[in-house]
Amino acid sequence: MKKIEAIIKPFKIEEVKDALSELGIEGMTVTEVKGFGRQKGHTEIYRGSEYTVDFLPKIKLEVVLADNAVEGAIKAIITAAKTGKIGDGKVFVLPVENAIRIRTEETGDQAV
Amino acid sequence: MNATLSPRLLAAIFLTLLLLSFPSRGAAAPAAPAPTPTLEQRVAYAEAERTNSDPAPTGIAPSASPSHTAWMMVSAALVLFMTLPGLVLFYGGLVRHKNVLSMAALCLGITALVAVIWWAFGYSLVFGKSFAAEGAGALANAVSPFLGGTEFFFLKGVGTAPNTDYAFWIPQNVFCIFQLTFAIITPVLIFGASAERMKFTSVIVFAFLWFLLVYVPLTHMVWGATGFLNGVWNPKAAIPAIDFAGGMVVEMACGWSALVLCLILGKRRGFGREPMMPHSMVLASVGTGILWVGWYGFNAGSALAADGIAANAFLTTTLAGATASLVWPLIEFLQRGKPSVLGFCSGVVAGLVGITPACGFVDAGGAVIIGAAAGLISYLACTTLKRALGYDDTLDVFGVHGVSGTVGLILTGILATSVANPNLLGAAATANGLHAALEGHTLWLVQLKAIGATLLLLIPATLIITLIVRAIIGLRPGGEIESQGLDIHDHGEEGYTLNG
Repeated sequence: MKKIEAIIKPFKIEEVKDALSELGIEGMTVTEVKGFGRQKGHTEIYRGSEYTVDFLPKIKLEVVLADNAVEGAIKAIITAAKTGKIGDGKVFVLPVENAIRIRTEETGDQAV
Repeated sequence: MNATLSPRLLAAIFLTLLLLSFPSRGAAAPAAPAPTPTLEQRVAYAEAERTNSDPAPTGIAPSASPSHTAWMMVSAALVLFMTLPGLVLFYGGLVRHKNVLSMAALCLGITALVAVIWWAFGYSLVFGKSFAAEGAGALANAVSPFLGGTEFFFLKGVGTAPNTDYAFWIPQNVFCIFQLTFAIITPVLIFGASAERMKFTSVIVFAFLWFLLVYVPLTHMVWGATGFLNGVWNPKAAIPAIDFAGGMVVEMACGWSALVLCLILGKRRGFGREPMMPHSMVLASVGTGILWVGWYGFNAGSALAADGIAANAFLTTTLAGATASLVWPLIEFLQRGKPSVLGFCSGVVAGLVGITPACGFVDAGGAVIIGAAAGLISYLACTTLKRALGYDDTLDVFGVHGVSGTVGLILTGILATSVANPNLLGAAATANGLHAALEGHTLWLVQLKAIGATLLLLIPATLIITLIVRAIIGLRPGGEIESQGLDIHDHGEEGYTLNG
């Protein structure tokens, strides 16, 4: 089992979700987050006072999958989320020790 | 504070005030029935109502007019709407989210406080004109240019009959409520300058003292029947200045006092280092819209009648607000390519502030000039001047209200025309020299004198009040609390919660 954490541009979340759904992936969790990488922030000016905003809004998508589904999902995310411009985000893949579905108490690949 | 003013003592004071108000309700001797008026008298009376003029020559006792009264009740509600919820949203949106409730609390708290003071003695000390009951005739005459009287304490005798010192056709209790809404918004406005770093208890004590020592005398001087700055209505006005809807009473008063307060208060922790952005321009822009709409009650309502002067004030208010709201974001667009929503909002308020003293005295063209000047000069004050002097006026109360209010007053002296307002040539104006100043184009000098007199009261009085409050209970909550936000510390609440 692996967990995929993808940081993507907020307006790409619908396309990414649809691409994952087409692969038969049934669940995911998204969070509105702020952060920065190579993409610079921007300045905001309020009545002449200038503020640098480093942290830009992004969406963090988390999905846990059986090992054999991971590669297809990563490809789908990258295809859907890519604009080719700076700030497209990153995909992280982490090992997952176990998963338990609370209702049925199924474990492992059965639970994800 | 609790040690010196226990709740029991406060309750005792309140009850005493309540009891004092009762003996005043003795039945007045019924007036002898007036002879039945003739048809001619009644036609003349109806004509006087239609033109908002004095019914005395008709021989029929004045009584309230339904049409004028209806407009004034709507106007009073519109002006209160500027504070609740206009300023709650405008000021609340412009501070950081951890202080949003502190702005709501002071809007609500000051509204309640001032309403009760207004009932007890505030209205009387502003709009009364007699201390005669105290048997101090000579003293009362000496005081009357600066302070009202005691005859309306606890609103004694303030009923549905008009007080013809101020308005021929509206009930005095409606006049009283209308003026109350001005008395509420003025102290509320000050605390935009001290936002995010002044304790709620200090705000309330400051507001009480400031209301008593600044608002009450200043408003009497400018609008009281015997006030020495009341050019239009007081034939004995020593400085016959004109201020239609509160350039001195509201805008200069809150703006210049805000500057004094924020200078003594000092900057917010982290000012210039941490980002201090408005937490919701959505709330602020909604609040701006409410302010603009409410300002029709404020400005057109200040005609105290639904007459032609009110109609003109309605028009000039619209044009000045719109013009300044073009100018401010246009400068931003030219300088940086982006007209900001806060630029539109600031422009609207600056323009409406600028036209406040002028709205019932200038024509449409004059309003556009005032709007453009207010937008430009307040923009410079909030950006260049503030940066150069380095003070932390959180919501630019001085830059917008103090500066545009003062600019508006001077321009009123240049642009006022008797075509817009025939009262500029009335009997009182002729007696005190306003008429001559208008025709001789020297009214702007009179306005400058009035501005000087206003500052002579505002600056020392506010300075003393601020120092007194600081000495007794302190002004700022201190250290960590300011970083944490005033909402949790002062009110035990949060504006936005996850588990609400």
